[in-house]
Amino acid sequence: MAATFETVEQVRALDKYKYGFVTDIEAETAPKGLSEDIVRFISAKKEEPEWLLEWRLKAYRHWLTMAEPTWSKVQFPPIDYQDSYYYSAPKQPGDGPKSLDEVDPKLLETYEKLGIPLSEQKLLAGVAVDAVFDSVSVATTFKKNLEEVGVIFCPISEAVKNHPELVRKYLGSVVPYGDNKHACLNSAVFTDGSFVYIPKGVRCPMELSTYFRINAQNTGQFERTLIIADEGSYVSYLEGCTAPQRDENQLHAAVVELIALDDAEIKYSTVQNWYPGDEDGKGGIYNFVTKRGACRGRNSKISWTQVETGSAITWKYPSCILQGDNSVGEFYSIAITNNHQQADTGTKMIHIGKNTRSRIIAKGISAGKSDSTYRGLVRIGAKAEGARNFTQCDSLLVGDKCGAHTVPYIESKNRRAIVEHEATTSRISEDQLFYCRQRGMSQEDAVALVVNGFCREVLQQLPMEFAVEAQKLVGISLEGSVG
Amino acid sequence: MSTETFTEHYGALRDALPGQDLPWLSRLRADAFARFAEAGLPTPRQESWKYTSLRPIEKAGFGADGAPRACISIDRAPSLLPSASDHHRLVFVDGHHRADLSTVGPLPEGAELTSLREMLAKDPAWLEAHLGAQAQDDSQALLALNTAMMMNGFVLRLAKGTVLHDPIEVVHLGGAGEGPLAYHPRNLVVLEPGSQATLIEHHTHMGEQPYYANSGTEVTLAEGAVLHHYKLQADALNAFHTATVHAEVAAGALYDAFGMTTGARLSRNEIAVRLAGEEANCHLNGAYLVRGEQHVDNTTRIDHLVPNTACSEIFKGVIDDKARAVFQGKITVHRDAQHTNGHQLSKVLLLSDQAEIDAKPELEIYADDVVCSHGATAGDLDHNALFYLRSRGIPEKAARAMLIEAFLAESVHNIAAQGLCPALMSSIGHWLADRRGDL
Repeated sequence: MAATFETVEQVRALDKYKYGFVTDIEAETAPKGLSEDIVRFISAKKEEPEWLLEWRLKAYRHWLTMAEPTWSKVQFPPIDYQDSYYYSAPKQPGDGPKSLDEVDPKLLETYEKLGIPLSEQKLLAGVAVDAVFDSVSVATTFKKNLEEVGVIFCPISEAVKNHPELVRKYLGSVVPYGDNKHACLNSAVFTDGSFVYIPKGVRCPMELSTYFRINAQNTGQFERTLIIADEGSYVSYLEGCTAPQRDENQLHAAVVELIALDDAEIKYSTVQNWYPGDEDGKGGIYNFVTKRGACRGRNSKISWTQVETGSAITWKYPSCILQGDNSVGEFYSIAITNNHQQADTGTKMIHIGKNTRSRIIAKGISAGKSDSTYRGLVRIGAKAEGARNFTQCDSLLVGDKCGAHTVPYIESKNRRAIVEHEATTSRISEDQLFYCRQRGMSQEDAVALVVNGFCREVLQQLPMEFAVEAQKLVGISLEGSVG
Repeated sequence: MSTETFTEHYGALRDALPGQDLPWLSRLRADAFARFAEAGLPTPRQESWKYTSLRPIEKAGFGADGAPRACISIDRAPSLLPSASDHHRLVFVDGHHRADLSTVGPLPEGAELTSLREMLAKDPAWLEAHLGAQAQDDSQALLALNTAMMMNGFVLRLAKGTVLHDPIEVVHLGGAGEGPLAYHPRNLVVLEPGSQATLIEHHTHMGEQPYYANSGTEVTLAEGAVLHHYKLQADALNAFHTATVHAEVAAGALYDAFGMTTGARLSRNEIAVRLAGEEANCHLNGAYLVRGEQHVDNTTRIDHLVPNTACSEIFKGVIDDKARAVFQGKITVHRDAQHTNGHQLSKVLLLSDQAEIDAKPELEIYADDVVCSHGATAGDLDHNALFYLRSRGIPEKAARAMLIEAFLAESVHNIAAQGLCPALMSSIGHWLADRRGDL
């Protein structure tokens, strides 16, 4: 497959952090800082209806009263929320581009460096890309193909205009605005993100994907994604992120909400390789993400797969609320930390309905002076008869200056539920390394091979387009950690 | 949570507490109380108390009593060991030492087994050096409260190379007072290099009154020392029991602990072990059977501070009715503590629809050459096993009882003091026999 080959080539070119460039595009930026006026400014810019502005303001006012969450194992200086820009959009001629030709050529150039050849999207094995460049979607492809089957895939700001009834019904229904401080901030100032609606009985004909990118300096990115899979539908959604190299920490507080109705299935895959900071821990993205899916319907299924290699700090717990009877939640995760990165990630599986099942496979790899924590909750409600959970978290340590931690919470209130949790921590076996070295592999290649084997269970869950890139990333992320 | 009740107790008892004439001890108490007053009783808002609320203790309105009353009319206290066996016994009633009920046989040279009060009279300098030595980090409010209010307890001190072959049994009887009482036993175990002992704590009750025992135990094991430490907590179902153990284990030493809980309305066993020397080893095992509205909390913390240390931890529980159990186990492997072996397991049987387990098995690892694992399971009895027994003509109730017994027997039979097994097994048997008929 040509596209896959291209991906491989591009990833191979990632010598260090290839994506460390800044495109010089004049941003139309709101003044620095956060206030009600900024919230109103964003809302006005987006030409939002009154109810959404009200919702944002409610969130903002609530945010002011909320304390910073301190329970996670990550450490960073207090965030100065007034020192960030909350809105920046790439300048566009007129009302926005009508075709690729109208898109700022510099943007296209950036995408090319990123490996998103918009013009060759159709070749990219059926992937439709809703590319988000600094908070505003600039181009959407494959829209027509999707429209034919009734799938709505558009920037959320567009959905607010064209499908207000859907947005109003579901926005904040999984992650309420007051959920946690970061989600609350997102609710107040979210600028854009993707909206997906799959109608009844439709199997989405292609993998949907978005590339997020943080560009203008000091711009926090507040994406809001909402995916609704109506009865009997199926969708696979891919999210990949890169960000330019930068010295100042950037805040990213995204919210992703998934809703699966009866017999629906959502597969959500993420490869996250934002700028992790340099070797001394300077710079890097703060990635505070709230992702949650609700299996509302019977026999519904939500599956999260994530490969977390980037960001200075990752704070992320993609969760499933298993409300519908027989619903299934899955969480497959690889978190790789190197240098001074800190990752506190995991999942929550809340079993409410009968015969609900969940499966958690989390692999953590720490190298350098990094810390990686798995933090997860499995809660079996009193009515979750026959619920079943299996959790496995394995940690791999590379070097003696890093840390790997496991903090699972297991709460069971039903005797007819079975909960199993197991976790191990170890380092790469000397024997395995020796075996590879003996066959002429370099130390780094040998480590990458062993680590890939360690992660295989999760990598297998990724869609083809991501799997190749992810495998390569696993090796790249650990560069410089051995030898 | 408010500290009012205990502030009152402290004010009323301060002058009656033992050792008030010793400046170092009064200072120790005053400092500890200040820490407690500042921190207050722990609440579920604190991470390590997430699943356990002490509000019922606050509500119960416990009183404190300073002077030991001599008139409690019992002539013998129950024993967990076969009566024929030789062993040493210390008996405490409502926290007060009862010399008349205790029997300490001839001890080998270098061994000392006595009460905290007697030790204060005899060798305050030694106590000054050891009391509070392991509990430095009593940021935990309950241990600070214990330090401030400690009245009595047992002291075991073994000189270098002393091996005590006969087990020591310490019996705590509660509920004998005329009103609800709170007391704070403080125990001290110091084993010098190469010494060995077996310690059995039995907590039970004799009266009707509710009581709250908040004990603190410090264990110091020097190089190559071995302590087997067993505990059966069968307190009254209207009693409250919180126990904090701080142990430090030096090179080549072994701290082997097993605790079984069947009693108390609310209990919390908090054990913190520091493996501070190479080849130090610790076993922290436990079993619990709870029902009604009981709440049992086992919280452990094991710190691997140096290379080549090992720990293993297995807790098994059976939860019935509306009872709730909490298991929080944390293993920390510190920087450079290479070649650590750490294994932890929590297994729970839920017998009723309202039973609840909250488990938090935690690993925190900062060294790479380690093998650490933990596991946790919760569920009903194995249906296949049940079917196997039923198909062989065993009635369901008996089959269930057999499986529950077998589930716990595994951990009981693994203990080193085999003399104790029959008593532990029979307490499991009694518990099963007392279960309501609707098995």
